Amino acid sequence: MIELDNVGYNYGGGELLTNVSAQLAPGSFHFLTGPSGAGKTTLLKLCYGALSPTSGRVRAFNMDVKGLDRDQMAMLRRRVGVVHQDCRFLDHLPVVENIALPLTVSGKDLAQEQANLRDLMDWVGLSERADAKPPELSGGERQRAALARAVILSPEVVIADEPTGNVDWEMSQRLLQLLVELNRMGKTILVATHDLALIRAAKNQVQTRVLRISDKRLQLAGADL
Amino acid sequence: MSGRIRQLIVGDAQADRVVPPSGFTAHLTLFVAAAMAFLAVFALALSLASGRLADRWADELARAATLRINAPADQRAAQTQAALTVLAQTPGVASARALTAEEQAALLAPWFGAELPLDSLPVPQLIEVLETETGYDAEGLRLRLQAEVPGAVLDDHSRWRKPLVDAARSLRRLGLFSILLIGGAMAGMITLAANAALAANAQVIEVLRLVGAQDDYIAHAFVRRFTLRALAGCSVGVALGMIGVWLMPAASEEGGFLTGLGFVSWGWLMPLAIPLLGALVAFVATSRAAKKRLGDLT
Repeated sequence: MIELDNVGYNYGGGELLTNVSAQLAPGSFHFLTGPSGAGKTTLLKLCYGALSPTSGRVRAFNMDVKGLDRDQMAMLRRRVGVVHQDCRFLDHLPVVENIALPLTVSGKDLAQEQANLRDLMDWVGLSERADAKPPELSGGERQRAALARAVILSPEVVIADEPTGNVDWEMSQRLLQLLVELNRMGKTILVATHDLALIRAAKNQVQTRVLRISDKRLQLAGADL
Repeated sequence: MSGRIRQLIVGDAQADRVVPPSGFTAHLTLFVAAAMAFLAVFALALSLASGRLADRWADELARAATLRINAPADQRAAQTQAALTVLAQTPGVASARALTAEEQAALLAPWFGAELPLDSLPVPQLIEVLETETGYDAEGLRLRLQAEVPGAVLDDHSRWRKPLVDAARSLRRLGLFSILLIGGAMAGMITLAANAALAANAQVIEVLRLVGAQDDYIAHAFVRRFTLRALAGCSVGVALGMIGVWLMPAASEEGGFLTGLGFVSWGWLMPLAIPLLGALVAFVATSRAAKKRLGDLT
């Protein structure tokens, strides 16, 4: 589904990642961990085409990401839902419209999607906050709204960058539960996190693989997690 | 293309909300469009009036000449008659007639008043000459008049007609050139405003791309907004400009050129095209700006 083949990435001369190879099989659940600044976010961006590798190749859905034009890239983004650490909403729109944004930009008729939208708002527990503006939301609400937006087009892959970074334990468990449910629906999940407790909690519910970035390379984490 | 225009006019309420309203660029676009359209109305009025004037002067003067009999009072009638005879025999002269005393007084009235005692003044007799399609040989006629009517001076108007007509036509070209300049200036200002809006909304564009928006969708959101603003601004400017032109004094003999600076009959419909042209200019300018900006953003 997404495949990294000897991928390397340089930030202005400094090498951040080197010879990274990995494969996200359909329906798999991967965690990506490592110290701050190790390149977790960069690796996620390489997976959904926000960055191009300086060496090696990234393939998504059997397409070389580097060779995609802008329109093809837009289509790729509709197949890969992304939850950013800082969520990135349009602050002038209410939460419900932010969540519906992928529908809007892909030309779907919102009137026909109202039921799905309502179900999704219920699923992430934001029905009561539908008309609030993003700056009025708490950290946990923002993450849940971002997750709802990421999955509204029913993408095959969901990528989340530190989704529990700014929330308490209870909320992180709630978000984890949502990600596990998505995985059980057949979605491929890739979560970057430094929260080892979250990884342990996930392992109790679903089969996961944990990848660790260490010394610019990607390794399969051992049983210590 | 027709699909794009339809999409532009009909729009998508949801898509329109995606780009936040931006006060500065909205006001700038509206103001620039209104001001430029206002100026364009006057440039158009100037151009049309100059065109009318050039045509009228050319028509009225092209086939007319004046023969002036500068003779002592006791010979004036005889020389006038001799001149009329010569003119009647000249090929290319359609008609010739001596102006009456009342007509000559009317010509002098603007300078000397209506109560001019023409009889007591040494005013030359004027003969109006109208030529045929083929025209006459002015030099030949002058030579013959010189021999037979010593007091006759032929003025075929060409000496002063051509510069006047040229001036009026230049004025018309100047008016049209001004409209082009106004369109260009408007395109420049709207491009600046669109670039400012695109730069101010870089994060919005990033979010839209993140959720799978294609560049056409993003560009359309900006292009539609700027095109409609330009259309609205131009409509206001044209309405004000037309009121201004309508309030100008009507054309009159006394006022001359300045009072004829308005629209005549179907000419009143021409300014109505300005908002559409303004919207087209804004559409092209914003499309180009958006395409370039989105291409630059990685």
